[in-house]
Amino acid sequence: MARAFFRRRKSCPFSGKDAPKIDYKDVRLLQGFISERGKIVPSRITAVSTKKQRELAKAIKRSRHLGLLPYLVK
Amino acid sequence: MRRQQSANKEKPDMALYEHVFLARQDLAQAQVDALAENATKILTDNGGSVIKTETWGLRSLAYRIAKNRKAHYVMLDVDAPPAAVAELERQTNINEDIIRFLTIRVDEHEKGPSAMMRRSDRDRDGRGDRGGDRGGRGGDRGDRPSYRPRDEEMGA
Repeated sequence: MARAFFRRRKSCPFSGKDAPKIDYKDVRLLQGFISERGKIVPSRITAVSTKKQRELAKAIKRSRHLGLLPYLVK
Repeated sequence: MRRQQSANKEKPDMALYEHVFLARQDLAQAQVDALAENATKILTDNGGSVIKTETWGLRSLAYRIAKNRKAHYVMLDVDAPPAAVAELERQTNINEDIIRFLTIRVDEHEKGPSAMMRRSDRDRDGRGDRGGDRGGRGGDRGDRPSYRPRDEEMGA
């Protein structure tokens, strides 16, 4: 019997082979993990692992400091 | 950790850093290069060395910094003692042509051009990325009516 609300467990986009390296200079990559408003998207939505989410958050904050990413988009 | 120990044997207290600085938008490229050279000089004078200098060029900022909408980005891959970096940061703070900088310690330098160089070409050609950003801003502009009460106050 198929469960109505079965969702496939997504795997972390930064784990496994040829996963992208989290880098504050890689704006294109980081942009995928911030909302339209410029907020960091929670890992429960992006399926990033806890460890990688910490790394990602730090990279985004560094990127913001350098004016590569917005702190907020009005 | 291991790298640090091996480095300690050769030259004491050296570490690898990435130093990115943003120069004012109205500087000429030659002046920006001079700033990078000056930074290199500070580091070498204090016993460090610059392994690579990467110029990202004039990029638009995500938000205004010191009244600049754009800035010249330069990144230096550095191998230097902490004191040299401290001196570089001290002088960078004083320099009014440099509006912002970031120095971080890294375990190893990236080989070849950084992510920025790989992507920037694409950014410049297809402005799709930037256009999307603008579209997002335009979409959110709908929020502005919340300022209306202020208009009423001014009218009254």
